Amino acid sequence: MTEITRYNQFWSHRTQRERLALWIGWLALVALFVWCWQIMTTDTIWFFVSDAPRQAADIGSRMVPPRWSYISELWVPLWDTLNIATLGTLGGVIMAVPVAFLAARNTTPSATVLRPIALFIIVASRSINSLIWALLLVAIIGPGLLAGIVAIALRSIGFVGKLLYEAIEETDTSQTEAIEATGASGLQVLNYGIVPQIMPAFWGITVFRWDINIRESTILGLVGAGGIGLKLQASLNTLAWSQVSVILLLILATVVLSEWVSARVRHAII
Amino acid sequence: MTGTSAPTSWRRPPQIIKDRRWRIAVQIGIVVYLVLAFGSVEVNWIRVYDGLERGQRFIMGFLQPDFSSRWRDISQGLIESLTMTLTSTVVGVAISVPIGIGAARNLAPRWIYYICRSIIAVSRSLQEIIIAIFFVAMFGFGPFAGFLTLSFATIGFIAKLLADDIEEIDETQAEAVRSTGATWWQVVNYAVQPQVMPRLIGLSLYRLDINFRESAVIGIVGAGGIGATLNTAIDRYEYDSAGAILLIIIAIVMVAEYGSSYLRKFLQ
Repeated sequence: MTEITRYNQFWSHRTQRERLALWIGWLALVALFVWCWQIMTTDTIWFFVSDAPRQAADIGSRMVPPRWSYISELWVPLWDTLNIATLGTLGGVIMAVPVAFLAARNTTPSATVLRPIALFIIVASRSINSLIWALLLVAIIGPGLLAGIVAIALRSIGFVGKLLYEAIEETDTSQTEAIEATGASGLQVLNYGIVPQIMPAFWGITVFRWDINIRESTILGLVGAGGIGLKLQASLNTLAWSQVSVILLLILATVVLSEWVSARVRHAII
Repeated sequence: MTGTSAPTSWRRPPQIIKDRRWRIAVQIGIVVYLVLAFGSVEVNWIRVYDGLERGQRFIMGFLQPDFSSRWRDISQGLIESLTMTLTSTVVGVAISVPIGIGAARNLAPRWIYYICRSIIAVSRSLQEIIIAIFFVAMFGFGPFAGFLTLSFATIGFIAKLLADDIEEIDETQAEAVRSTGATWWQVVNYAVQPQVMPRLIGLSLYRLDINFRESAVIGIVGAGGIGATLNTAIDRYEYDSAGAILLIIIAIVMVAEYGSSYLRKFLQ
């Protein structure tokens, strides 16, 4: 008779070795955190930090009551902001569609040359925030709405392009094969085989991006690219906190409204 | 012999809006909007034309980036950005775990649920850059304000997704643990935590990636990091240094994205 295996009296979730590895992992994370914290705060002036609650109370008391009469000056910048978002989305989508078709594995004309270029365009556009695009464009083409529109458009290429090319790659091949079997040319296959399949995704992505763009275009004025952000910047520079609170409330209302519209539209399409 | 002649041409039926009148109305509406919108955009074409030369210089700067002459500023900004990213993600996740548990309907009592959900709503509705403006006004310039901004933004993101995740757990496991007479803590630790942990780690890595991208932006309003360096470079018209900074940002974002997606696959 073989010996009876003795089981532990207590159940534990992990083995000894796993627990040790986990513990070392946590220790490494904490050590890394402390190290980063020390580097980050070397130049911090702790007097300002301890003074912050007083500053916060001061700013808070200046922000209420909001100066509601200021809102009459805000309707035109708000209209500009909506235009930046909408026209920017339009431009971005127009540029993103060819990029998406070049980047999708099943529609790209050349997988070795054009596909990597398209993917690089998508990554570059996605990794640079629209505010940075605006900063560059204001320096290049001057302050104003155009810089904002182009910034939003450039930022949208990556987002729309990435989601759209993933949708194109996920299309059902049996439908495209059926179209090919009728003797359709390449463009006809695209038009009748792939486009109808990605249409709902396309509209969903566009409306979603429009919603994000409304959010982002409200602040583009901080770097001079037009819209309601310009008013925000002006009010901040003159320390007119009661106007800042009006602007922030208006931005909040716009964002909530656009989110509601986009949710309704996407719900109707998909 | 008379057979019905088959149609020789075919038009694709409309897909989204089926009613013809609605289609026309929507098209007219779009045209009217576009006319109004383009009418209100004033473009100073002379300024744009002048700017083209500058744009060309920027593209040249992008193609021949100058890493060396401002390397001290760039490395300083990078170190600030990277440390800010890590510390804010760690602190943000640590704070959002209790808030996320509190915002899960199946774990928390009603009043805690409402408090936590409103914290999440506030954090999500304000944009990073606006929060950064306030924190810079309160805490002074520098990466500390940026750290607070990113931590605050992380809370809304992680806590919401974590709470939604907890609400969708497999209830039978929680019930099994509960039927052994486990306390609330034990239910959380043995039934909920194993189910949501892989996703929480995945979300934290994803947020690390987002926080780095955002850290490049909030520097513009004075919250430290590589964004401040970039802003200075553009203000000085040093496009070759700006190009170098942008290339570094793109490279780090790409590395972070591939690294985090690889790590998430490995963990799951």
